[in-house]
Order: sequence, then C-alpha cells, then structure tokens
Amino acid sequence: MNIFKHREALLALAILASLGLIASRFPAFIQPASLANVINDSAPLMILGIGQVIVILTKCIDLSVAANLALTGMIAALMNGAGVPLPLILAAVVVIGAALGAVNGVLVWKVGIPSIVVTLGTMTIYRGIIFLLTDGKWVNAHEMTDGFKALPRLAILGLPVMSWVAVVLIAVFALVLTRTALGRAFYAVGGNPHAAVYAGLNVGRTQFWAFVISGALAGVTGYLWVARYAVAYVDIAGGFELDVVAACVIGGIAIAGGAGTIWGAVLGALFLGVIKNALPVVDISPFWQMAISGSAIILAVAFNTAKSRPKGRLILREATE
Amino acid sequence: MTLNNSTGDVTGRIIPDRMRSSFARVLRSWETILIVVAILIFVTNSFLSPYFLNAWNLSDATFNFTEKALIAFAMAMLIIAGEIDLSVASIIALASTAMGLAMTAGAGVPVIVLTGIVTGLVCGVVNGALVAGLGLPSIVVTIGTMSLFRGLAFIILGDQAFNGYPKDLAFFGQGYVWWVISFELVLFAICAVIYWALLHRTTFGRAVYAIGNNATAAQFSGIRVDRVRFLLFLLTGLMSGIAAVCLTSRLGSTRPSIATGWELEIVTMVVLGGVSILGGSGSIPGVVLAAVIMGLVTFGFGLLNVPGIVMSIFLGLLLITVIALPRLLQRK
Repeated sequence: MNIFKHREALLALAILASLGLIASRFPAFIQPASLANVINDSAPLMILGIGQVIVILTKCIDLSVAANLALTGMIAALMNGAGVPLPLILAAVVVIGAALGAVNGVLVWKVGIPSIVVTLGTMTIYRGIIFLLTDGKWVNAHEMTDGFKALPRLAILGLPVMSWVAVVLIAVFALVLTRTALGRAFYAVGGNPHAAVYAGLNVGRTQFWAFVISGALAGVTGYLWVARYAVAYVDIAGGFELDVVAACVIGGIAIAGGAGTIWGAVLGALFLGVIKNALPVVDISPFWQMAISGSAIILAVAFNTAKSRPKGRLILREATE
Repeated sequence: MTLNNSTGDVTGRIIPDRMRSSFARVLRSWETILIVVAILIFVTNSFLSPYFLNAWNLSDATFNFTEKALIAFAMAMLIIAGEIDLSVASIIALASTAMGLAMTAGAGVPVIVLTGIVTGLVCGVVNGALVAGLGLPSIVVTIGTMSLFRGLAFIILGDQAFNGYPKDLAFFGQGYVWWVISFELVLFAICAVIYWALLHRTTFGRAVYAIGNNATAAQFSGIRVDRVRFLLFLLTGLMSGIAAVCLTSRLGSTRPSIATGWELEIVTMVVLGGVSILGGSGSIPGVVLAAVIMGLVTFGFGLLNVPGIVMSIFLGLLLITVIALPRLLQRK
C-alpha cells in the first residue's frame, strides 16, 4: 500500500505545483471562486472516474460511460418536458443508468465477451438509441423547466450541488472500496481471478456489479450534465469515455486490474481539470489542451510502470542477445 | 494487451491431439459464417433497393471500407500479438496535417504523398518505442498518443483547414485504374495479399501468433518479442500514413477532426473478422470479409436513406451478436 500512497501524494504535489506556477503569474486563478469553478468543471470526470476505477480494478474497461451519460441525460430532459416531477427524474436516471450498465455486465458475466468488445458495441448502440428517441432533435434550454436546470447550480457553502454530488459519491465509494466485502472483492477479482475463485468469489458477478455501479454513476452524471449545460442532443460528451480512462491512468490505476484507488482517479480528473481551466488564463490556445493531456497520460503511465516493473526480466534479455 | 476477461473458468485450454478433417474445419470456420452473412446482406440489399446491383454504385460502396481496411490488416496482426493501437485515427489526422504543411510549402505530389507516409511511420515508431522499448501497456500508451497526435494537428491547424491540394493528388482517393476498379480497391487487394502472406506464410507471422498466445514462451523459444512488437506498431503507423494519403486525396481537404472515431470502427472490423481481442488467433481473410460486410451494410443502408447513426446501432449489434452467438452455442 505504501507505493500507492506515495503515487497519489506525488500527483497531488504535481497539481499543487502547477497551481503554484500558474498563480505566480496569474494570482486570480487560485481565488476560492476560481478554484471552486475548477472543481465544479471536473465533477463529471470525477464521478465517472469513480465508476471507471471500479470497473478497471476488476480487469475490465467501460467505454460506454459517455454514451450512457448522453442517453440518460436525454431521457431526463424528455421526462422533464413531459412534466415528470424532479425527484422521480432523479430516481429514474440512476435506475436507467444502472440498467444500461447491467446490460454490459450481463454480456461480460453470462456470455463471457471481453468487456472492451461489449462496451465498444453498447457505446454505439446507446448513442444510436438517443437518435431513435429524438430523431436527432435537440432539447434546448427553453424547453427545460427552471427547477430542472437550477439544481446542479444551486450553491451550498460556496460550492454548487454538482460538486457536492461528486464529493459525497467520492466519500461513499472510498468507504465501499476499503471497508466492505464487495469493495475488497473488486480488488481480489482483478488482482488474481484464479485466487479469487478459490477464495469463494464469483468473478463474473463481481464484474457485473462493477458495471452496474459504473452505469448508475453515468446516469447521475447524465442528469447533472444536461441540466448544467441546459442542452441535450445525440453527441453530448462525445469521446468523454477516453478522458475518463485518461483520468484513471494519470491517477495510477493499473490497467491490468487489481491496483489503484478512488483518490487516484479523483486527482487525475482534477489534474485534467486544472489544465483545461488554466490554458485560457495563461493565454495558451485551447487547441493545446488535447496534446498536453495526451503527453500527461504517456508520462503518467511511463512513471507508474517504471516503478512497478518486475526486476527478473533483465536476466532473460541478456541470455537472448 | 492486458484487458483479458476472466470469468473464473480455471480449466486449461483443450488442445486436440488430432486435427479435424479440413472440410469439416472449413464448414465450421469463422470465415464461412462471415461469407454467409455477407451473401445474406448482399441478397437482402439487392431486393430492398433497385439501385444496389449497379457496377458503379457497388464501386462507390468500396470507398466505405478500403481506407479503414488498410489499417485493419496491420491492426489485426497487432491484436493477434496481444497489443492494440487506438491512435490510428489520430495518426491519420497528423499525417494529413503534415501533407497540408508540405503542400503549403509548395511541394509537389510525390513529396506530399511521401510526407504523409513518413509521418505515419514516425508515429508508429513513437508507439512502438513506448510499448516495446519501455514496456508500457499498449492500450494506455495509444490512448495517450491518440490525444497527442490529434492534439498536434489541432495545434497546427486550430479551427482552420488545408484546402487546394494539387489536382494530381486526387488520383489516390478518386482515381480509377480500369473501368469501375478504383485505385483504392486495387491497393486494398494488394495489401490484403501482402498481409495474408506475411501473417500466414512467414516466420514473422508465426512469431506474431506465438507472442499472442504466450509472450514469455515465445521469448524462451528465441523470438525477439519486443522487436516483433515494435515492427507491428511500425506497420500500423505505416498503414495509417497510407490511409491518410488516400483519405486526404478523396476529401481534398484536411481538418484536425478528420477520421474521428475510426479507431473504434477499425477495431470493430478486426474483431468482426474473427480476430480474438485477447490475442493469439485470427486471420486476414476474415478481416477482408468483415471489411466487405461493413461496407455492404453501410452502403445498403445509405441507399435506403437510413441515417448514419442507425447504421452504427446495427454495426454495434452485429459486433455483439457475432461474438456472442458462437459462445452461446458452444455452451450447449
């Protein structure tokens, strides 16, 4: 565990250092209001990051989260248009998101298709369903009720509800992962599936629950996203699934499963959020953002892998030369 | 790639001590299923639309898959070896941008084409060095380079576009070699043969299968695993560069968002072609058939005025069904 603590501390230091660097020339960036804005902008990435960490821990990957988000968000907007009360919508997005995640989970658990193939397929299917529901039409701000749009922006103690949802979910799932049997099962299944079977764990079912959690979190984010940006259409959050995986990788979650923490993904999401919000402040074209986050991913994985590489391989390499 | 899915089945793989007769094998093979699917789609399409059975229309249909298939051949070998490259579409974007820069600098057609191909190769070298040289997991590395390569294209182009490529460049994406046979189709056929020979008829190809099944055992049997991996990434980069030349020539312009989402379509094509995403098995004829099927589906739906996104639902369903069916049938 020591190494992981170390890794997350380093990432936190990197974020603080970049904040300090930016603040030395643009002090306004670290004003509380500005920082709250950074956190709020990173909130969707953090929430989806929690789900993705759990899925990656079990040796799977969920590429359908962004499509799930867009579909549940669209359903929330349509329900709102049909006059469904807000509490019911909130319950519905969690259930629908979880159901979409369960589809992935069943295909992985009961049919045994590799998760990357399953979620690649459901990713296109979920987005396609949005089109079938709406004929490609947009749901715009004036078609949403004020209550629907206001909730994520409602400020409590200086932070909007959207950020609070992220904070609460991080706390809950940090507890689930470290203090419950299911949480430990996620690590066990990814760390060594064979040993997990002998320990009496059902590997497939554990993976199924990981996908359900990831789906439910994507559902919640779907509502928050659509309500905050006050628009819903087929392509919202397009390509966001890769940002989520990127946040996890930067946060030191091992793509081979079994190692990583919620905090890693949260810090990874924050790191990407700081970059995204800082670029316009330091007057760098936003077109640089993509290349910078790509470099960050490569550096992060090079750094993490170099630390955890087994030492024995070198002997073999010399023998073959 | 390390994203294997273990459902807790701890029994070893059954290795038959005698091979089945070749005829029975052919009947049961993945390629046969794909041929049947392709024929079904072809027949359905020709009944549904009166415009389907027309040489020129069918020739147009080939453009739907030729460029993606060029990359899919190399990607198939990469996936068989247990790796993956998600940066291919971004390599196209960067290579196409480099071609635009060469054009702006006043280069002629040969130099523009060479720029595209060399840029692809360089990107492949970067991926290969990170994966084979530093031993990093390819799925993560290529998610990173996917952002990096397209990010560079965005830095160079911003919201602008390169237009006004020389007329002669159009041949690579729009030219016809003979009657309805386009240059791209000929290139597709030639590459299919080359990759078939490389994978199924050379020691390099055997090494690719060996690495995909058990990289450690391959290393112990004297295969230079990292060198093979490196070469595979090089090939994927090269094919992406070639595809960039064809696509740029066909569109006649370059935007940084060119070929967005192609990496997933190409992986779908490879998996549909019967290549195991876990590595170790698959064939080039399978990939060729999958490419044709995806082209026929896209084209047939297009004739029926079905929007692109509905086609993608169909392809998603096709991908899951085609993978799920044999697994479900095998269980009984």
